[in-house]
Amino acid sequence: MMGPASEIILRGTEEPCRPWIRRTLSREDWTALVAALPAQPGLALVTLWADTAQAHALFVNEDTGDILPVSTAIIEGGYPALSPARPAAAWLERMVRDLWGHSALGGTDDRPWLDHGRWPHTFPNAIRPGPMGPPPEPPEFLPVTGEDLHQVAVGPIHAGIIEPGHFRFTAQGETVVRLEIRLGYTHKGTLSLMRSKSPRAAARFAARLSGDSTVAHSIAFARATEAALGVEAPARANGLRGVMAEIERIANHLGDVGAICNDASFAFALARFGFHREAMLRAAHAAFGHRLMMDAVVPGGVAGDIAPGGAEAILAAIAGVEAELPELVHVYENYSSLIDRVVGTGVITRTLADRFATGGHVGRAAGRTGDARLHPGYPPYPDLMVVVPSFPEGDVDARVRIRFAEIAESIRLLRLLLQDLPGGALATTLPMLSGEGIGCAESFRGDVWHWLRLDNGQIASVFMRDPSWAQWPLLEAAIEGNIIADFPLCNKSFNCSYSGVDL
Amino acid sequence: MVWRRIFRTLAEGPATEPAAPIGDAATQALAAQLDAAAQTRLGRSLSIRHMDAGSCNGCELEIHALNNIVYDLERFGLRFVASPRHADVLLVTGPLSRNLREALIQTWQATPDPKWVVAMGDCAVDGGVFKGSYAIDGTGTGGIAAGVPVDLKIPGCPPTPAAILVALRTLIDANAG
Ligand code: SF4
Repeated sequence: MMGPASEIILRGTEEPCRPWIRRTLSREDWTALVAALPAQPGLALVTLWADTAQAHALFVNEDTGDILPVSTAIIEGGYPALSPARPAAAWLERMVRDLWGHSALGGTDDRPWLDHGRWPHTFPNAIRPGPMGPPPEPPEFLPVTGEDLHQVAVGPIHAGIIEPGHFRFTAQGETVVRLEIRLGYTHKGTLSLMRSKSPRAAARFAARLSGDSTVAHSIAFARATEAALGVEAPARANGLRGVMAEIERIANHLGDVGAICNDASFAFALARFGFHREAMLRAAHAAFGHRLMMDAVVPGGVAGDIAPGGAEAILAAIAGVEAELPELVHVYENYSSLIDRVVGTGVITRTLADRFATGGHVGRAAGRTGDARLHPGYPPYPDLMVVVPSFPEGDVDARVRIRFAEIAESIRLLRLLLQDLPGGALATTLPMLSGEGIGCAESFRGDVWHWLRLDNGQIASVFMRDPSWAQWPLLEAAIEGNIIADFPLCNKSFNCSYSGVDL
Repeated sequence: MVWRRIFRTLAEGPATEPAAPIGDAATQALAAQLDAAAQTRLGRSLSIRHMDAGSCNGCELEIHALNNIVYDLERFGLRFVASPRHADVLLVTGPLSRNLREALIQTWQATPDPKWVVAMGDCAVDGGVFKGSYAIDGTGTGGIAAGVPVDLKIPGCPPTPAAILVALRTLIDANAG
């Protein structure tokens, strides 16, 4: 099914972006696109970003699978907003305004987002950044009216070992009636640091957008670069990338499940899952020389081969996980005080997850089935028949069970990948060319998308979309009607990245 | 099931690794970093408050690892606390984003004297890869020293749990010494 909005996108002028053509729409057509979006709910907005001349959006037609990047020129400092038709655009529009200075005309929210009034100038990614703004005002929060409401302000510095962000709860008694999240604290100016660098140098920033998904972000960045330059990573590099990505997925899921159980005061699970996570990281170190495998994936291929004994170390670690996992799942399912906390807690509906095109465990625990390894798909996965779990409940428990299922599946994939690692080169050399590309990878958290434009081998413009953009807003919805004491559980079961969206 | 695992652990022995000896050279190098004035006696136990000053979250993962049963931080008298008001040590990660500068200074002020500040990770040491960004404070040597006085630096991106552990145990040794 094409749909009215996709048809408008296809009318646009084609731009040579690989592997998916980007289309530029006139102001009139973009406005028509916004008007047509409500009639085509299956056209999912994945992300929105900008450069100095245009606003760009990436849509995926969930009915046909088409991937549709689309742009429109910035005219008089603005572009027609997408947020009235796609609520997921609201945070992104605020981000675009703060970094490039382009206004989302008719947007649903024009409060600053990343810019807290503390940078030396405004609009750092604009051709001519503005002067420093007025001294920071206290942030403005959405108004709340009602009887017996009180507010609880948490953060940016939290009580645990966790990234900084501000949570503003409005509660009636113990029950949360609204949560508003304010982020941007860890903004590091990453996109602007990447400009004018070679892809090889810029990859270090992609690897540090969100440390827990360093492999997935590095793969998406490498794939965007390779697409822009029209080269392919060698088969062995793709196999090794797959090995690293699955280790990363298992390690993160293990860590998260342990932490979720610990937030329900079940320290036994934290101890066991933490033990196995450590074993996975040590195997990663043995195989790739770094516990988190940072900078091990590079544009063009991989930085080095798997070390002698590396495969054995990985196989031993996953054998350990596999041996104890059924027992741990059994304990999880039968500990009534634990189940009491996680079942029915922090529910998000399929409708909401669809509206935000949410991927990863958050989307799949609410009935969605997407996985970037399958669609759009990228090597080494097409031959491996990846099985993607999906549950309808949408609660903390479903998000935990998705992790269990994904751990088991990744163990299967790792064995296959290690069995059949192709021989040959580890990396292709990158020509010093110009071009534009998009890369995608499935992190443990969901689909990661990178876009970049190269000018004679240097980055002219870049954007990196962490899956958390589509998950944080759902966390605001998940806690509604729950008690504040259950927020840590909800939050951990999502485990959104702060740094990943703070850029 | 839980009990079965616990009994098995009793029989097989714990997963916790014996503490690696702290090499004299490591101790001396780290101890030399410590400001003499900061060497106020706190005894053989330290309470640590972590603060993220703009990290990529990689450093946090390795701090979490310290608490796992393999490293078991608490056996050394080191533990993480929830408030800076209970802390002897601020363990700070990240390159000091401008958006967190005020929060770092407030956290530091809330920590009672005597206190130590540890800059953990290349970012906190001198800004790491983010050096020179408009969004990073970067005054002086960069890193968190642009906001608060630093007593000890742990380089690495991220530093391994083993390296963090050596540094923190050195703090205790230097301090009790
Ligand atoms: S030192 Fe490395 S791991 Fe630590 S916060 Fe900085 S970039 Fe991330």
